Amino acid sequence: MKRSARIAIVAMFAAMLFGIAGTAGAQTLLGAGASFPAPVYTKMFDAYNKATGVKVNYQAIGSSGGLKNIQDKVVDFGGSDSFVKDSDMGKYSAPIVHVPTVLGAVVIVYNLPGNPPLRLTGEVIANIYLGKITKWNDKAIADLNPGIKLPAMDIVQVYRSDGSGTTFNFTAYLSAVSPEWKQVVGNANSVQWPVGQGAAQNAGVAGMVRQIPGAIGYVELAYARQNNMPVATIRNAAGNWIEPNLSSISAAAAGAFPADTRILLMNTDAREGYPISALTWLIVYREQSYGNRTREQAKALVDLLWWMIHDGQAYAEPLDYAKLPAPAVKAAEAIIKSITWKGEPLLK
Amino acid sequence: MQRRLSGPVLDTGSGRRPEDFQIMDGRETRTGKTDAMNDKRFERVLAAAAAAVILLCAGFLLTLALDATPVIRQEGAAFLYGTQWNPVTARFGALPFIAGTVLTSILALAIALPLSLGTGIVLGEYLRDSRLGALLNVMVNLLASIPSVVYGLWGIAVVIPAVRSLALLVGAPPYGSGILSASLVLSIMIVPYMSSLIREALRSIPPGLREGAYALGMTTFEMVGGVALPHARSSIIAGVLISFSRALGETMAVTMLIGNATRMPTSLFSLGNSLASVIASQFNEAASDVHRSAMMGLALILLFITLLAGWTGRKLMHRKVD
Repeated sequence: MKRSARIAIVAMFAAMLFGIAGTAGAQTLLGAGASFPAPVYTKMFDAYNKATGVKVNYQAIGSSGGLKNIQDKVVDFGGSDSFVKDSDMGKYSAPIVHVPTVLGAVVIVYNLPGNPPLRLTGEVIANIYLGKITKWNDKAIADLNPGIKLPAMDIVQVYRSDGSGTTFNFTAYLSAVSPEWKQVVGNANSVQWPVGQGAAQNAGVAGMVRQIPGAIGYVELAYARQNNMPVATIRNAAGNWIEPNLSSISAAAAGAFPADTRILLMNTDAREGYPISALTWLIVYREQSYGNRTREQAKALVDLLWWMIHDGQAYAEPLDYAKLPAPAVKAAEAIIKSITWKGEPLLK
Repeated sequence: MQRRLSGPVLDTGSGRRPEDFQIMDGRETRTGKTDAMNDKRFERVLAAAAAAVILLCAGFLLTLALDATPVIRQEGAAFLYGTQWNPVTARFGALPFIAGTVLTSILALAIALPLSLGTGIVLGEYLRDSRLGALLNVMVNLLASIPSVVYGLWGIAVVIPAVRSLALLVGAPPYGSGILSASLVLSIMIVPYMSSLIREALRSIPPGLREGAYALGMTTFEMVGGVALPHARSSIIAGVLISFSRALGETMAVTMLIGNATRMPTSLFSLGNSLASVIASQFNEAASDVHRSAMMGLALILLFITLLAGWTGRKLMHRKVD
């Protein structure tokens, strides 16, 4: 009895040791990357651990860090808010696949006296951030909001000072709707802003917008909801006014979906889709037999991915993330089934 | 206790045999064989520690320089004077950040200098041994121990709204954050350092000088202005430069207050950015390899500016007053 307890303890320590190393035991999976989905991943991985005993360790070090880690093969999966462009595929020593997990959205927040509901178009938002529209009572804004008395206040533009997927998605949207934006500023994790001031993280932008009368900013949906900030309704490509919420964000991915899931949902064609929605992905190697990985570990990884796009989706909405719509789940299923071990599919 | 011995001594009381004693470097010492070996070992450990520091420093510089090579190769000298910092087009010029860093630090210095001089003189001369002086000293040290991020929060809550009202009053854009806000908070952050260094400089004046001045019938005011300050001048300048190099590298509070805009500052109310703040904000999510390398380049520039300030400070500190 005593002896078996001792053996159990030793075995436990051994498991922990190998678990931390992350190579020998299939009990632990290692991931790193995007911080935007980190809260929902933490929740999902905790639930998965309780259900299956598999421990998943995810470090929210940022999308580019996640991509670098998967390039260096020091993690089982990398998380990224932007997909790997064709031109960057050469950085990976073997073919990779993208598995979409959840959707998020960038929403426009503002601070006006009385905070009236506001309607904006992509064009107007671009011109505000280009410094071409400088007053809240500008005709371009007033025309979109008949019946609302707009003050003659200066617009104070607030942006993210740290490089972030949120900025990437916001500038991707502005580039899609405004040729001038695409030309002058462009699209990246951090850009050279023509006007406005920067604040760190979602919380910083939300805080600064709340502090400065006449301010406009962009944050993740979850932040705006948790802080009860007014958010602008945006006109999408189909011409409908869309309020950002979990169903309009999911709807953005409900249209045609490419087989490799690498799609920018910005300015989506979907009729009821919110136009500044974005997917976030986990990135893994298609052929899992590399380095000193075991088949068990590879199998644990694909099982986890499969669980995340099905059962795991239940954890998205309570945390203000949008679920994958049916076409995205279908595409993701096909991708997970294409992951192999020595050429043999791991899931049948 | 070390005893100076005038000749080879047989200390029979220690129980050592005569052959255990030896003569080193012509100086007779009471060192046994094992002690000599310990000495050697100790020397070796010291040498290794010193070498490690040198290696670390060299490795540090080398890593920065190597990692900054791609951006220096791409931009050349324009990396120093370019005003574009555009991760999208991958054009990187550090001038707006150099300007923001140097400008905020110089302004902070200008604001902090009279404050620190006053505090330092009061602590060093007027309240030298009083209870009140001790209390004031504790308060100044307390200022030094407040974390940077707390200063930043205080800046957002108090300084930014105040500067915004001021900007509205003079007709500047009412951002609130910017060069002035960052400089104001930076100045408060460096006051404790500067005033401690000034106090120490005044305390290190030979007492005879001070007593002589009083003996000649000088008032404290005359003594401070005519004797103490001129005598401590070089140490005070050194202290100022050391505080300056501290202001240069300050990251968190500046990031929270400077506005984070890649533009050349044109007025006190301009938004700007500093070298340290850009590195802290953009490194994690660098858009490309050149972007990452450009950040290493910024670190190199910051290192050189800080080293220059520190080096000048030390030079002045060691200069003897004539």
